[in-house]
Amino acid sequence: MLLEIQSLTKRYPGSDSARPVLRDLSLSLAAGETLALTGESGSGKSTLLHLVGALDRFDAGEIWLDGHALSALGDGARAALRRDVVALVFQQFNLIPSLTVAQNLSFHARLAGREDREWLDQLTERLGLGDFATRYPEQLSGGQQQRVAIGRALAMRPRLLLADEPTGNLDETTSDAVMALMLDLVAESGAALFLVTHSERIAALAGRRAHLSNGCIT
Amino acid sequence: MTRVALAALLSHWRRQPLQLLTLLIGLALATGLWSAVQAINAEARASYAQAAAQLGRSDHALLSAPSGWIARKDYVALRRAGWKLSPVLEGRARLGEIAATVVGVDFLSYPKPPEADAGAPEVTPERIFLAPGLLFAPPELAVQLAAQPDLPPVVATADLPPGVVMTEISLAQYLLDRAGQIDRLLVLDAQPINLRPLAELAPDLVLTPPERGTETARLTDSFHLNLTAFGLLSFAVGLFIVHGTIGLAFQQRRAMFRTMRALGISLRHLTWLLIAELGLLALVAGLLGLVLGYLVAAALLPDVAATLRGLYGAPVSGGLTLRPLWALSGLGIALIGAAIAGAQGVWRLHAMPLLASAEQRAWAGVAVRRARFQALAGLALLAAGGAAIWLFDGLVAGFALLAGLMLGAALLLPALLDLVLALIQRRTRAPVAQWIWADMRAQLPGLSLALMALLLALATNIGVGTMVSSFRLTFTGWLDQRLAAELYVTARTDEQGAALHRWLEQRVDAVLPVRSVDALIAGQYGEVVGMRAHETYRRNWPLIAAAPQVWERLDASGGVLVNEQLARRENLWPGAQVTIGTDWHPEVIGVYSDYGNPVGQIIVSLDTLLARFDGVPYRQFGVRIAPDRVPALVTEIRAQFDLPASAVVDQAEIKARSLAVFEKTFLVTGALNVLTLGVAAFAILTSLLTLWGMRLPQLAPVWALGLTRARLARLELLRSVVLAGLTALAALPLGLLLAWVLLAVINVKAFGWRLPIYLFSGDWLLLLALALLAGALAAALPAHRLRRTPPADLLKVFANER
Repeated sequence: MLLEIQSLTKRYPGSDSARPVLRDLSLSLAAGETLALTGESGSGKSTLLHLVGALDRFDAGEIWLDGHALSALGDGARAALRRDVVALVFQQFNLIPSLTVAQNLSFHARLAGREDREWLDQLTERLGLGDFATRYPEQLSGGQQQRVAIGRALAMRPRLLLADEPTGNLDETTSDAVMALMLDLVAESGAALFLVTHSERIAALAGRRAHLSNGCIT
Repeated sequence: MTRVALAALLSHWRRQPLQLLTLLIGLALATGLWSAVQAINAEARASYAQAAAQLGRSDHALLSAPSGWIARKDYVALRRAGWKLSPVLEGRARLGEIAATVVGVDFLSYPKPPEADAGAPEVTPERIFLAPGLLFAPPELAVQLAAQPDLPPVVATADLPPGVVMTEISLAQYLLDRAGQIDRLLVLDAQPINLRPLAELAPDLVLTPPERGTETARLTDSFHLNLTAFGLLSFAVGLFIVHGTIGLAFQQRRAMFRTMRALGISLRHLTWLLIAELGLLALVAGLLGLVLGYLVAAALLPDVAATLRGLYGAPVSGGLTLRPLWALSGLGIALIGAAIAGAQGVWRLHAMPLLASAEQRAWAGVAVRRARFQALAGLALLAAGGAAIWLFDGLVAGFALLAGLMLGAALLLPALLDLVLALIQRRTRAPVAQWIWADMRAQLPGLSLALMALLLALATNIGVGTMVSSFRLTFTGWLDQRLAAELYVTARTDEQGAALHRWLEQRVDAVLPVRSVDALIAGQYGEVVGMRAHETYRRNWPLIAAAPQVWERLDASGGVLVNEQLARRENLWPGAQVTIGTDWHPEVIGVYSDYGNPVGQIIVSLDTLLARFDGVPYRQFGVRIAPDRVPALVTEIRAQFDLPASAVVDQAEIKARSLAVFEKTFLVTGALNVLTLGVAAFAILTSLLTLWGMRLPQLAPVWALGLTRARLARLELLRSVVLAGLTALAALPLGLLLAWVLLAVINVKAFGWRLPIYLFSGDWLLLLALALLAGALAAALPAHRLRRTPPADLLKVFANER
């Protein structure tokens, strides 16, 4: 199993300790699988994604990612996991504004030491970014920026792609096009996808669905 | 990975070239001005050390005579007793048309004889010891001396400081007209054992142990401390720019840092990368700063050298040598500066959570707390500065007061401006005006560093300007009093002096002999001057404290006048007793101003001087005569006594020379002053430009509500001008306080005399106008940009796609 979450609990400092954000949550995801996690605003979807991505620490339970127990990892090892195993696509794109589109696309792959020119060219073409390679993020529309973010994530051939409301800032037409493309490319790359969304329409595109309510999977 | 991540970090600067330029220029300016001062100080100190080592003043114990000189027979007696000594005679002499310091040594025993430069004529013992002898001189002086008739051959040597000629002691005695005299005896290192102590053999001679610092270095320490303080101030102003720019760059890259960490770069790695980036930028800026510092130092050094020569008689060459230690310290200070400026950014990076959502802090609350802390720190610094001068003594306490005052006031400025703007805002009713004042307050955190730099620069300008102008006014008045005689004449020899005196008495209203000797005064070497209480002195001498009937008592009771620096140093005011030599304790009956003289001076009646000291030179005279008769008398004296032009000088010429020395003294501080103000103006410009990226989201809503871009641009100008004007108003009392500290505290502790403060309101108005102009110029480019911003760019603020 690529991802195994067991009895996970997460509280935020200062919040009501009797009502944790995530409570005794368990979930698993196999390699190549796609999972959409839905839930109301504030239900803890993004928190769970951040925990899986080793961006934050949990209070109880365990997350096994690619054979590693995250609770036992120090900052350096967690950073290495983010660099080599997981890729993230954020709602706010989080591109590096001072790098060009081409540089942003290859950035994560180069950090991981897995730059593959052929795969990058293919991604650039499939994402329709060939004409924008030398532009900077601020010169692109929201849809274009999200395509760059997806390309950056897939370019390093992650074992697990984590996407947090990847189309939350896009209109419906652009959103559908971006999602279709992302799912195609995920399938081609053989990565697993853990998608967080509040949209039922987007969630329906994934192979598996889960719903988060009051900190528990229902 | 490191290379990729570092490239990503550095790409920020490629996209923000102005920010990069600001950072590099700020750090280069800070490093450059600091390095320039260090280069000047290092050059001067190296000159002192070279001179002291060459003239045998620092490395060996010295024997000298309180009466002024050692007789040859005493030297011979000590040598016969077995002591290994080397005699030195030193004095000023005119060699042809050139005045120089002549140092006579015994080349057989002298520990550090100068070596001839390559290409100089061969030096053999015969040529040194047999007539006509040899003169050793630094290259420039050697060329000049070689052109003079009737002088022995001259050998160029780089071992001697400027203006010094070294020769065999017998030739020096001839040139100085001091046959059989020795000024000091160097006690050489290797002495036979079981010698009778020097105190027994020569009880009249004083033994001075080897000096740790040279005499000149001690005298000029305060001058160099002043320069260092200015260097530090310039460095601090430069750092304000660097701190602001680095802070902004960190702020703008927060999202990038998060993304990089999310993509697998650990916090430790990122921290090291940022430190490496800062180090790289600091090295580049440091190198630029070194070039700048070298150019500034090379431009200022000739004036500094002239000042040190004129004011202290310190031998400093006007040429600059590139010293590796100086270059290394320059790069070091650039790295330290970058570290100071970047420390907060790196610390914030560590405190920054990986997830933006975890950072939902009340920013407004944090800003208010920070401003309050800054104001409290300002008050604490002011209090610490005040306490330093109250608790401690000495120049360092004076500078501690200065530092506390300046930094404390700078830290208080944002709180003060916020208070003033809040008061104005409260009284405003019109909506646009209310927005302007509120917006100004909102902009204060971003502009505060630049405004603090401007405050420091303006206050320094006012303070130093007031000090220099007060000094000039006082000094000019003092010169008028001190140089009351119309003409000053210097004879070649004592015999000629006596003849000149007799000759002059037949032709002028009064002849005022100027006769003096060096002697121990209150345990330190100083000058004892003999004076007749002539009407000229009674009317003009600048007394600042006097017993009743001071002039009558000078002649009749053997009372003495002391100069202000000696009076303050030894607490010698009228009624006190001063010790001259070892056994003379006359009463102090008056204290007089004596600006620019680093040593203690005592005036006694001429008869007393001649009765107490032997061999008092009899060569200098002040001459009272109707001004219209001066030119004819000058011609007549030169013709009659064959004196060079430089030996017959009228009052106006001496005043012009003295004022020239004075002007040069403050030329360097003036130049640093202007540079600091320039740096501060640059700080405002760069702050406004770097804040530009954040400005559009603030202005777009107001534009959408109906204010045109042209009006918004005008308001941007107004904002900058108002803030600069308010800062200038705050700088005025601070500058006057600074002037008071400089004149009444630092000056007294550094030089020994206190000056009255004169206020020059015209200068303040000019400076206020300059501050307003700096504010307007700094805002001109951003305002122009705003005027030209396409509406589409403003609209992006409201779009999600921005």
